[in-house]
Amino acid sequence: MNTIETPEEFDLTALQAGDRAEFAQLIETYSGQVYRLALKMLQNPQDAEDILQETFIKAYKALPEFEGRSSLSTWLYRIATNEALMFLRKKQPVQVSVDEPLENDEGDERPRQIVDWCCLPENELMSTEARAYLDLSIQELPESLRAVFLLRDIEGLSTRETAEVLNISEAAAKTRLSRARFQLRELLSAYYAERLPSTAYANAGK
Amino acid sequence: MSKHEHKDCHHLLSSLSDYVDGALEEQLCQEIERHVSGCEDCRIVIDTLEKTIYLYHTSAASEPPGVPEDVKERLFKRLDLEDFLPKAS
Ligand SMILES: [Zn+2]
Repeated sequence: MNTIETPEEFDLTALQAGDRAEFAQLIETYSGQVYRLALKMLQNPQDAEDILQETFIKAYKALPEFEGRSSLSTWLYRIATNEALMFLRKKQPVQVSVDEPLENDEGDERPRQIVDWCCLPENELMSTEARAYLDLSIQELPESLRAVFLLRDIEGLSTRETAEVLNISEAAAKTRLSRARFQLRELLSAYYAERLPSTAYANAGK
Repeated sequence: MSKHEHKDCHHLLSSLSDYVDGALEEQLCQEIERHVSGCEDCRIVIDTLEKTIYLYHTSAASEPPGVPEDVKERLFKRLDLEDFLPKAS
């Protein structure tokens, strides 16, 4: 997992005073994480670039109000995640609000696929095609689950940080992470089961 | 298939995400391990859940965060920070 170990050695006073060199340094440090999150959230490089730009434009304007209650990186993740969720909401105007913890609409953990595909060799599990499938599967998640999954399991934030970014309780973050993981397990099971040797697959549909 | 009470399986499901993170209290871990030793289906669910998370962690680790040069250039321009753009090597 990628944990964020970047030391936050920014001169907050300079940042808040609009110091451009310091802000350029902030971009250098965090643009990679923001871009990856946006890319995995939206699965489209052009959209991800828009989110990246909006995030740092908003951050520049909002810095004077930054109170330092969370870390700068958590704060940037928060702006980026909100931008991405807003973008998705605009694209699909009939979707329910992503702010509300509509737990029941987010699926459950009940397993449907019971196939043991763990024995597949690593090069098959991580083939170029399989990796593309991993990314596509993230897109199948409802947005609120997708955001939690990306922050926790791709960006490596803690439960507390994830809850902070999304302004939800830690319990809600855990529940959503669990559901996201179980939904991805279903999708991956369906995919990898087909790649098992035929004898194993014949026994799999019990 | 095993003859055990399958209602236990559903009861355990909501703890499994914490379980694979190692974030579950000892007593619940033991309960899960006891159950799984007699329930092949739940063993498969746990193993494939762990593998799912492992694959995502591995793929994230193998593509470290970064911004393509042209994207970064446009970002700096958009923010009027061209003069701070690191010189392309
Ligand atoms: Zn069971």
